[in-house]
Amino acid sequence: MVQYANVGLDASFAALSDATRRGVLEQLGRAEASITDLAEKFNMTLTGMKKHVGVLERAGLVITEKVGRVRTCKIGPRRLEDEMAWLERYRQLWDARFDELDKVVEELKRKEQVDGRKKRE
Amino acid sequence: MKNRTTVERKSERETVVTRTFNGPARIVFEAWTKPELFKKWWVPKSMGMTLVSCEMDVRTGGKYRLVFGQGMAFFGSYTEVTPHSRLVWTNEEGGDNGSVTTVTFEEKGGKTLLVVSELYPSKEALDAAGTGAADALVETFQQLDELLVTLGASVGRA
Repeated sequence: MVQYANVGLDASFAALSDATRRGVLEQLGRAEASITDLAEKFNMTLTGMKKHVGVLERAGLVITEKVGRVRTCKIGPRRLEDEMAWLERYRQLWDARFDELDKVVEELKRKEQVDGRKKRE
Repeated sequence: MKNRTTVERKSERETVVTRTFNGPARIVFEAWTKPELFKKWWVPKSMGMTLVSCEMDVRTGGKYRLVFGQGMAFFGSYTEVTPHSRLVWTNEEGGDNGSVTTVTFEEKGGKTLLVVSELYPSKEALDAAGTGAADALVETFQQLDELLVTLGASVGRA
């Protein structure tokens, strides 16, 4: 049994830093596929695809299973909750900060208009 | 009307946050450089922290110091101040591992595109700063976010 808790965010973010690997995950999110299927779909050699799947597997994002002579891949048991939580916190901080900044900007704009009117009067 | 905040990890040492504001650059710049205004927005209420004092000597070589109610202080100096377009400051409470923050203000049609970059001396320093929980994050968060939504939806269905 692999200890997914030890994998941490590093491995999954590294795994997700590649466009092909993100594509593979999206694909597997829709349906299971063999490495051969994936290699064809992404126009890649079998060896190349095996490497990508290996990275995803080590990050706990994909699991593979050998059925007869075919190795099938599917979305792994490790959900992306940690990653989502991390992104959400970071985004929330800046979003909240900037929402307040919006208010300050609006306030300053209003003040400029009022001052402008006063000067003209 | 709320604009979208995007976050990217540009490299191992740098994070970049982007947002457009519905006002001219001189106004947005003012909000970043007048302590009484800065205080109003830098610490959002949802963070559960309060800013008890905010000293800012905004000019090249000037210093700043923010003190939070919890006794934490955030300080450093401005290395570049170009009115209405660019602010650069260092963050010194971390000693040699301090980051450099660059804020640029670009006005277009009455709106201002704001870009905040935080550059750390090393990957380790960024990671240690807490913003680097995602050590190896090199892709844009926006793309990742979209992917996560897609995956979240498919995991939910399974």
